[in-house]
Amino acid sequence: MTFDILPQALVNGLMAGTVLAVPAIGFTAVFAIRGYPNFMIGAMATIGAYAGWLVNTGAGFSIWSAVAVAFVAAAIIGLAVEKVAVRPLEASGALTMAIASLAVSIVLENVVRFFFSNNLRGFDLPIERDAVIMGVRFGPQQLRNLLIALAIMASIWLILKFTRFGRAMRASADNPDLARLKGVEPVRIADITIAMGMGLCGLGGALLAIDSSVDPMVGTRLLLSIFAAAVLGGLGSIPGAVAGALSIGIIEELTVAYLSPAYRLAASFLVIILTLTFKPQGLLGARVR
Amino acid sequence: MMTYVVFMLTIAAIYALLAQSLVPVWGQTGMVNLGLVGFFAIGAYAAALLTKNAGWPVFIGPIAGLVAGGILGLIVTLSTLRLRDDYLAIVTLGFAEVVRIIASNEIWLTGGTDGIAGIPALFERGTGLTFHVQFMIAASVLCLAIGLLITRLVKSPWGRVLRAIRDDQTVASVAGKKTVRFKAQAFMLGASIAGLAGALYGSYTSYIAPDLFLPLITIYVFLAATAGGNTRAIGATAGAYLLVAWLEISRFIGEVIPAFSAVQVASLREIIVGLALVLVLRFAPGGLFKEKRQKAPAA
Repeated sequence: MTFDILPQALVNGLMAGTVLAVPAIGFTAVFAIRGYPNFMIGAMATIGAYAGWLVNTGAGFSIWSAVAVAFVAAAIIGLAVEKVAVRPLEASGALTMAIASLAVSIVLENVVRFFFSNNLRGFDLPIERDAVIMGVRFGPQQLRNLLIALAIMASIWLILKFTRFGRAMRASADNPDLARLKGVEPVRIADITIAMGMGLCGLGGALLAIDSSVDPMVGTRLLLSIFAAAVLGGLGSIPGAVAGALSIGIIEELTVAYLSPAYRLAASFLVIILTLTFKPQGLLGARVR
Repeated sequence: MMTYVVFMLTIAAIYALLAQSLVPVWGQTGMVNLGLVGFFAIGAYAAALLTKNAGWPVFIGPIAGLVAGGILGLIVTLSTLRLRDDYLAIVTLGFAEVVRIIASNEIWLTGGTDGIAGIPALFERGTGLTFHVQFMIAASVLCLAIGLLITRLVKSPWGRVLRAIRDDQTVASVAGKKTVRFKAQAFMLGASIAGLAGALYGSYTSYIAPDLFLPLITIYVFLAATAGGNTRAIGATAGAYLLVAWLEISRFIGEVIPAFSAVQVASLREIIVGLALVLVLRFAPGGLFKEKRQKAPAA
C-alpha cells in the first residue's frame, strides 16, 4: 500500500463524486415524489451524452451550452416517455412501474444504438495541459465539470429552499396527502420532478461522457454508482444523495487506485449491500421499514 | 434444419425454466428479481467450473447450478427482505452487473471475457442430431417436472401464504406468518431454478462467457412471463416458447431486409421486446393464462 497516490485518488474521488451527485439527486428526487425506483436514469444519461455531443460537434456549441442542451433533451424525452409508457401503470403498483421503466430504458438505449451504432465518439475539446498542484494533477475539463456540477447543486438548493415549487415539492415528498390537502397539485409536481430528475441524469451523462467517451454504454457505466450514492445517502433524501455521491466517488477512486479499475462498480455494489444491511435508512434518509 | 428446430426447442425449454423461476417470486409473492440473468450466469459458471475445470462427474452440473443459485439468492435477499420491495429491485439489478464484472475479470477462475469452452454434457456430443434430441428431451422433461412442482407448491398452503404476502404483507404478518422467511424461501426457489437453467445452458452449448449474460435476458424473461401469465407455471412456459419463436422469426425477417446493418437489426429486435413488455404490462397484465380464483378450503 503506497500513500503517494492517495492525494490524487482523493482529489479524483471528490471530483467524480461531485459530478455523480447531479444524476444521484435526479434519481432520489424522482423516488421521493413518485415512490418507485425509475430505471430510465441510465438511458437518460446516454441520451444526454448524445444530445450534448451532437450540438457540440455538429453545431459547434461550447461545452457549457452542450450540457444545457443535454439537460433539456433528457428532461423533455424523459417526461414524455414517463407519461406515455410508465405512469399509466400507476394502478398496477410501484414495482410494475419500475419494471416498465427498465423496459423503456432498453428501448431508448437501442434507439440510440440504432442511429449511432456502438462506435466510441468524443466531444470536441481543446487540448490542454493538466495543472499540477502539490503533486496532484487537475485536468482543466475536470475542473469545468466540477464547476458545472456545483452550480447545478447550488441552483437546486435555491429552488427547493426559496421557490413556491420547491416548498410544494418538499411538502409532497414529506407527506403527499397533507400536501394535496393544502392545494399542491400532485400531477404538476410529479411532472416537474420527473423532468428535472431526468434532465439531471442527462446532464450527468453528458459530464461523464465529456470526461470519457460518448457511446451507448454511458448510462450503464453510471447506473450502479447512482444507485449506490442514493442508497448510501438514504433513498429519497436530496442532501443524502450529495453526501452519498461524494462518498461513492472517493470509494470508487480508492478502489481504482489500490485494487483494480475493474472493481470500481463492484465496490459500489458492496456499499449498497452493507448500507441496506446495517443502516438501511442511509446517512441522511428517513425510516424505510 | 431439423437440428436447428431441435436446438431452438432446447433453448425454449431453458427459457421456460427461467420464466418459471419468476412464478414463485414475482407472480406469487410480488417480489421483483431484476437480476435474474445474474443467477442464470451463476448456475452456468458453477456447473462449468465443477464439471470442466475440477473434473467432477457431469450429473453434478445441474445440481451445482441449483445449489449455487439458491445460496446466492439467499445472500442477495438477506439485506433487503425486511425493507420495502423497491430495494430488492435495485439490489438484484446491481447483482447481475457485478456477476458479469467478476466473471470478466477473475481470469484465473472464469477465463475472463474469453469464457469457458468445452463444457461437458451428459450425452455424447459427437452424435449430431441424436445429441440435440437427447438434450432437448432431457431439458423438456426437467422443465415439465419443475413446472409441475411449482404448480403443486402454488396450490399448497405455502403458496397461499405467498399470495397473502403479495396482496397485503401486513395482514399476512398479523395472521402470524413469518413473511421474511416465506419471501426468502420463494426467492431462493426462483434463484435455484434460474441457476439450474444456467447449468443446462452451459452444458448444452458447451461454451459460456460474460457477454452471454446481458441484462437484456432478464427483460426477455419478464416479457415471456408477463405475456404468458406470471402467476402460473403453464403461463410462464407458454410465454417462453412464444418468445423464442418470435426471436427466431424476427432474426429471419432481419436477414431478409438488407437496408439495415447487423447492429441496427439487433437494436430493432431489442426495441420491439422492450416495447412489447410495456404494452403487455399495460393492456394484458394477467397474460394468456390468468390467475384462477382459489376457493378457501372447507373448514
